Amino acid sequence: MPSICLYFQVHQPYRLRNYTVFELDSDYFDDSRNAEICRRVARKCYLPSNLLMLKLIRQHKGRFRISYSITGALLEQLELYAPEVLASFQVLAATGCVEFLAETYYHSLSCLYSREEFIEQIRMHQQTIQRLFGQTPRVFRNTELIYNNDLAAVIEQIGGFDVILAEGADDILGYRSPNFVYRPPHSTKLKLLLKNYRLSDDIAFRFSDRDWSEWPVTADRFASWINAINGNGHVVNLFMDYETLGEHQWEDTGIFSFMQCLPSEILKYPDNDFKTPGEAAAAYEAVGVFDVPDTMSWADIERDLSAWRGNPMQESALAELYRLEHTVKRTQDRDIITDWRKLQASDHFYYMCTKYFADGDVHKYFNPYDSPYDAYMTFMTVLDNLRSRCHKVLPQREPEPFCIVGGEAVPSLT
Amino acid sequence: MKAFMLGWEFPPFISGGLGTACYGLTKAMGRLGIQIAFVLPKGRISSCTGPVKMLSAEGSTRTQEVSEFENVSFHQIPSPLRPYVGSSGHQPYSQQRSTRSVRSWHSEDSGQGQNYPQDMAAQVRRYASKAVEIATVEDFDLVHAHDWMTYPAGIAVATSSGKPLVVHVHSTEFDRSGEHVNQRIYDIERQGMHLASRVIAVSNYTKNILASRYGVAPEKVEVVYNGVEHDNGSNGGSTYVLPEKTDRIVLFLGRITMQKGPEYFLAAAKKVLEKIDNVKFVMAGDGDMTHRMVEYAAYLGIGHKVLFTRFLQGADVDRAYQMADLYVMPSVSEPFGIAPLEALKHNVPVLISKQSGIGEVLTHALKVDFWDINQMANKIVAVLQFPVLSKTLRDNGHREVRKFRWEDAAAKIKGIYEKTLTGS
Repeated sequence: MPSICLYFQVHQPYRLRNYTVFELDSDYFDDSRNAEICRRVARKCYLPSNLLMLKLIRQHKGRFRISYSITGALLEQLELYAPEVLASFQVLAATGCVEFLAETYYHSLSCLYSREEFIEQIRMHQQTIQRLFGQTPRVFRNTELIYNNDLAAVIEQIGGFDVILAEGADDILGYRSPNFVYRPPHSTKLKLLLKNYRLSDDIAFRFSDRDWSEWPVTADRFASWINAINGNGHVVNLFMDYETLGEHQWEDTGIFSFMQCLPSEILKYPDNDFKTPGEAAAAYEAVGVFDVPDTMSWADIERDLSAWRGNPMQESALAELYRLEHTVKRTQDRDIITDWRKLQASDHFYYMCTKYFADGDVHKYFNPYDSPYDAYMTFMTVLDNLRSRCHKVLPQREPEPFCIVGGEAVPSLT
Repeated sequence: MKAFMLGWEFPPFISGGLGTACYGLTKAMGRLGIQIAFVLPKGRISSCTGPVKMLSAEGSTRTQEVSEFENVSFHQIPSPLRPYVGSSGHQPYSQQRSTRSVRSWHSEDSGQGQNYPQDMAAQVRRYASKAVEIATVEDFDLVHAHDWMTYPAGIAVATSSGKPLVVHVHSTEFDRSGEHVNQRIYDIERQGMHLASRVIAVSNYTKNILASRYGVAPEKVEVVYNGVEHDNGSNGGSTYVLPEKTDRIVLFLGRITMQKGPEYFLAAAKKVLEKIDNVKFVMAGDGDMTHRMVEYAAYLGIGHKVLFTRFLQGADVDRAYQMADLYVMPSVSEPFGIAPLEALKHNVPVLISKQSGIGEVLTHALKVDFWDINQMANKIVAVLQFPVLSKTLRDNGHREVRKFRWEDAAAKIKGIYEKTLTGS
């Protein structure tokens, strides 16, 4: 020990096109732009990173082990736009050193709105992973590591899962360290792996920041930091966006060279090893309860829900979206249901965030809109069209939708 | 530090942003401790010899002492000819307590290059020579000239006194006249910019025009954004009781002239009305294009949905804002644009042209290219249909207006003065 648990999140949403109130068709998504972005990220990140991981796995003969969670939304797009990436993930799966996790198929916030939809999306995702990679995931991570006690209870109830990933938030941990395995309250079966956000963000965010006191960090120095945990931790959970490698941190920052050297530097110390999340949880006992009554996430400084649900626009958009669930499902129209699900991607609401609007920062990366207002407008216009489509299919009208503005119910759209 | 400041517009005799800006700037600079001798042309109306009647930019009538302006003294140059030509031909100044009136520079039969009264050049020359006379009795450190009408005076005074010249560009011929610029005015603008030691622009948008169309080196130009009055008078709260209205109101408030893009407003209105019916479009203002716009609205078949108020004075301006559900500024070229800030002060969400200076700094506003009728209509419909969108824009925008302060502009100008005087 410690066992290094390396996890990569891989996702791209279906972005909306410039959909105005005058559109007559139901073509909501910007296929050409999504294709372009998918191919670009494939070129700059997915392909070179997968190649690197494969090389490292072979080099270290099974001692280098990693994990991915790839959303259904991205898997579909890869099939369409970059099938070679899918193939390279399959090669990785075949090495036996790569664990695939489960999440909601559409990278949604459904856990907050509809248990039924949440469970359906997890099932869909598990089946897809099994079909493509020959594994049925037993480790779960929720969209953007959104987590609370209720989530753990739901996952336990669904069954078939051993581990949940969560953010190692200081205010819950207190004096405790994220470098141990924990469990949710009242659970005997589930274990929790908590992100070591300091070390994870050193790579994901600070790696190329010249103002950082530790810049430039080399693999051997990073390995020494991991070693410093020796004797005081069982696991080091490095959880990050896969796009760190090549997109958030461009190639010329040296991120690939760093990753290439890192496993050897870490494995120089005989006590260290790499484990997948499933292996890590199995190897170590939970040392205590991680009690999360309020919802947390791995997003922004606040590490809460404010990135997607921090202003009235986001709240109304989410409320309207999920209010449509039963109507949409009653149509039994595959296209309508699929479109509705694609609209659930957390990204759509992320784009409506006004938190840092004036500063302009991470939220703007890959944001197709000029402003959160444009994001909201486009989303609601699309939703309106979707609602109309449902009504065309269904025999009678649903009750009039409304939204809450300033505490009062206000008619939203005719 | 004392500045010899040359202006052409000042409340109550204003036609747009220039007078408002001069007022706010001068007051704030005076409060900062900068001494100012402000030279203005005097209209035909004989003003009283006692305390000068000063009117706030919001239009409410107050009589204030000149001492409202600390450190500022005013000189008025007798100017027999009116600098303004009204669009409808009637007397441009009302004899009563006039307030802010929205008037046009352009004469009714404005053809190309005919946008200014024939003897404008003579006026400008006379102003210049009078300014030089006044300058001899004033003791100052530099000369500050606002917009082209005062540049020849600024150059003359700077030359005769040997003091440095700062020119302040509030608008350019390209803003006002599109591509059909009046060559003589362009020449005057260019000359002023090149002979000045420093140039102040009201936005980066304007600064880019100076660099690309006038050949001014960017290092010479400093951007100082305008502010807005933060008074309690018309700052959203009011005693006016709004009538019950069933229709939404989309407001255009400004000069009805090419620069302000009124035809795009009406074209977008037509599209909006295809989608929703309970909305009216109000064009508040007057200008050389008013009659054409009345005809255009009729031609589009939306005449019954478009209301022309002509001049709005004083409290009526406030009422127009208060009744509005959305304020639209579809300007073809707007050097800054104080009107959206006024709208936001009244808690009205705004949709502004991207081809504007204000678009650089205002974040909580909807933005659109002025020519993009489709998007303009789309955004108008969205604001009217999604109450949460309107509310968010209003709340955030109203808060954001507070960051536009004349004090900050004044402080920046003080810094520019200091740099100019030390020759750095």
